[in-house]
Amino acid sequence: MSEVFLNGKFVGTADDHKAFIEQVKGERRKGKLSSNLNVMYDEKVDSIAIEVSKGRARRPLIVVKEGKSLLTEKHVQQIEKGELSWQDLIDQGLIEYLDAAEEENAYVAFFEPDLTKDHTHLEITPLDMVGLCTSLVPFGNYNTAPKLNTGSKNQKQALGMYAINYGIRMDMDINILHTPQRPVVASYMHDVMEYDKHPAGQNIVVAIMSYKGYNMEDSIVINKGSIDRGFGRSTYFRPAVAEELRYSGGLMDNICVPDKDVKGYKSERDYRFLEGDGIIAPEMKVAEGDVIIGKTSPPRFLSSLDEYNIASSARKESSVSMKHGEEGVIDFVLITENEEGNKLVQVRIRDQRVPEIGDKFTSRHGQKGVVGLIVPHADMPFSASGIVPDLLFSPHGIPSRMTMAHLIELVGGKVGALGGRYIDGTLFNSENEEDIRKELASFGFRENGTETMYDGVTGEQFDAKIFVGTMYYLKLKHMVANKIHSRARGPIQLLTRQPTEGRAKEGGLRLGEMEKDTFVAHGTSLLLKERFDADRTILPICEECGTIAIHDDFKNRYFCQTCGDAVEISNIEMSYAFKLLLDELKSMAIYPKLSLKNKY
Amino acid sequence: MTEALFKEYEKLLPKRIIEDIKEALPKGTGAAKVKKVLELALEEYLQSKVDPGESVGLISAESIGEPSTQMTLNTFHFAGVAEMNVTTGLPRIIEILDGRKDLKTPMMEIHLKSPFNKGKDIRIIAESIKETTLKEVIDEISINIAESTIELTLLAEKLKVLKLTPAQIIKVLEKSLKGYAVRQSDDRILMKAKGKEDNLNEIYKSKEKIKDIYIKGVKGISHVLPVKRDEEFVIITAGSNLKDILTLEYVDDKTTSTNNIHEIASVLGVEAARQSIINEVFRVIENQGLNVDVRHIMLVADTMCVNGTVKGITRYGVVSEKSSVLARASFETSIKHIINASLVGEVDELTSVVENVMLNQPIPVGTGLPGLVTKVKR
Repeated sequence: MSEVFLNGKFVGTADDHKAFIEQVKGERRKGKLSSNLNVMYDEKVDSIAIEVSKGRARRPLIVVKEGKSLLTEKHVQQIEKGELSWQDLIDQGLIEYLDAAEEENAYVAFFEPDLTKDHTHLEITPLDMVGLCTSLVPFGNYNTAPKLNTGSKNQKQALGMYAINYGIRMDMDINILHTPQRPVVASYMHDVMEYDKHPAGQNIVVAIMSYKGYNMEDSIVINKGSIDRGFGRSTYFRPAVAEELRYSGGLMDNICVPDKDVKGYKSERDYRFLEGDGIIAPEMKVAEGDVIIGKTSPPRFLSSLDEYNIASSARKESSVSMKHGEEGVIDFVLITENEEGNKLVQVRIRDQRVPEIGDKFTSRHGQKGVVGLIVPHADMPFSASGIVPDLLFSPHGIPSRMTMAHLIELVGGKVGALGGRYIDGTLFNSENEEDIRKELASFGFRENGTETMYDGVTGEQFDAKIFVGTMYYLKLKHMVANKIHSRARGPIQLLTRQPTEGRAKEGGLRLGEMEKDTFVAHGTSLLLKERFDADRTILPICEECGTIAIHDDFKNRYFCQTCGDAVEISNIEMSYAFKLLLDELKSMAIYPKLSLKNKY
Repeated sequence: MTEALFKEYEKLLPKRIIEDIKEALPKGTGAAKVKKVLELALEEYLQSKVDPGESVGLISAESIGEPSTQMTLNTFHFAGVAEMNVTTGLPRIIEILDGRKDLKTPMMEIHLKSPFNKGKDIRIIAESIKETTLKEVIDEISINIAESTIELTLLAEKLKVLKLTPAQIIKVLEKSLKGYAVRQSDDRILMKAKGKEDNLNEIYKSKEKIKDIYIKGVKGISHVLPVKRDEEFVIITAGSNLKDILTLEYVDDKTTSTNNIHEIASVLGVEAARQSIINEVFRVIENQGLNVDVRHIMLVADTMCVNGTVKGITRYGVVSEKSSVLARASFETSIKHIINASLVGEVDELTSVVENVMLNQPIPVGTGLPGLVTKVKR
């Protein structure tokens, strides 16, 4: 006697669990019960769980009876003719969706020839056990799981043609690859998802070899000639947005060329691109600091209106300008209104990105790398037939990662390029590696993909045969131009007088606790002091009471607020952060007295 | 001739080095050669001395800290014995350096005196060391409400192994639990409450209490494992009780050890504890296949033991001994230290590193240590 639960609630018992489940399943396949229903028998606790609730991940499988797939060749032909739809297959009970629980009771065959009497279901295709992105990895079943995973994740970061109407869109941080191509080595899913309508990479010639150590530790060497011919070239788009906000008291922002008497006026040069309406004109070349949309705002507090200064306008400058280290061309100007009826100006900035040292590239197998060197075409190695690789990939990236598909794709791409056809690399259903190799041999190449190559600089032949081929490479959205950062002098924080933090604020690079320790361990005491001099201040200290005294700049005299001016007052150098600590101690009623004495 | 030379160098070189040289030199080496050897030795010795102002502590901290980031969290398992494993790696190092009193896996290595360490009756010796509580020798324990008695059913076989008789158990029970009349009937022991009757609550409490009554062996030793080391048998135990183990006549008190540093400190003194810290830390680091100079560990052990008790490197231990308020405040519970300092008007002399970094003054280490002294004309 088995207990029966419906959506986790006890509803009754069943005398014969086998018959009961068979009956439920039968009714479901006949369409008498909802196809959303799943039933599971748990042997350990002898209970039957029926689920029709929402939120269960389910997947379709072909139903198998007596070791035979219910979906036959006849059905397939009917589907091809359009006589049968997916829903028809479900209605007829040929295909059913199983949830995680019911899968526990199912015995699923991978391929049709594997079917035995015990099987209950047949996989529609092994491809459907992975998601869309993973199915785009060619020969993915030859890779180790972690690399297949990163390979699939990397594709999401690739630059390509994300939307064809990008020209009239205002998306944030968008990149478009200039000459995207469809991959030579593709999979079935590439066709299904119409990958050629929004491709995200380029087919290039890759040689697996080192180049003077410039491609060690996962870096890559790129041919300068390939870049000049358009490899990896992309455009970066970023919108600048300004809105005329309304404030209480009928005041509002004003998009215009700011007057010279506006508070915080930059300089005439910064506003030079603005037209009469305060907005920049398209196709203007702009660089760091240039104003894109001129805007003024009313004063923050009405009381701060300066009564005695009639001439000065109280409005303050709030223009949108180019960020630090940023440059580009104005692409597109849009003037509109937002939901609240405020004037809204959006200006799109465009910047061409040519591959440079530090840009990130990857194949589709998680073999990502950063450009380590760009070599002139003439200095690149070349093959006997005169082929010069576009990219040199380090052989050390292969053994530990075991991305076999990377190598197979390389050979496959070579065959595809030579034979003028696309290679099918569908997961578990790919073309046979041996056939590909034979085909390569038939083109007069070594069947293992290696070729004799020559040093581009000296012209000498390499001792080793180099593994070269064609493969699909992706440019990833992480580009140095968006990340490079350095600082010598720059903005400081108001409170601590220490450098600001982060690239956006042109911040400093923190020398942290452990880094400090290395200076101490090395015994370079004065170097350490100099390194931490960013917030140093000189304060007058009263030697009588040990608190901070005051320097009267007008009369050039020192005095202490408690002890008057008849005391010894010395200028002491300390970090501003320590002065802050003293202030904080005072604020909690602790009297930190500095007692001074000569150091020597 | 050479003797005079050695005498002369005794003031300059440590005794140990001079003895080593004496031993290493071939007999009848000429005086000129000996002098040269000693000169070179002195030069080498002076070179390997730590320079004044060297931040030895920080270098030790970095030298131990860096390799410990590579340590695994794996625990070492005893093959064949269930649930007997030892904390090693980073957790063990943290445990030692924090000076914890309750170890995750207290352990002893008991060496035996000569006739006993040959392996004869080693199991019986080991078993006799193990702590046995009442619940291990009883099959069942129940309360007879009508009679207000506690009834114990003994495990006869277990008693045989432990060489115990029911009479002995009755003795133990009488001794440790007052207010009960204990008597034997067949293979059972009956305990009848004297005086107050019907106080079931009391009886129930007693029943729970007697389960953990100590019967035999050494307290604290929960597992024993005889192991053959080279030609000798040793007993490895889980649980530690150095004081009681050392009183046993067949135990070799010179080589028996525990991994509980506080126990060593209280039984054998701080010097032993210091050496034990060094040994334990060094062993962990070595087991992980890492390489740290012992002197770094020695420095840490010295710091932990300077004032005669074992102190951990925590805010309650070594850090609380720092003289500078600012230095203490910069390491955990700042407010506590600042407020306490303000209550007594503590003075910070700014003699150490952290305070000077805070004030942006040159730190008194390395190049910051020496000052320039000149004569000023008046």
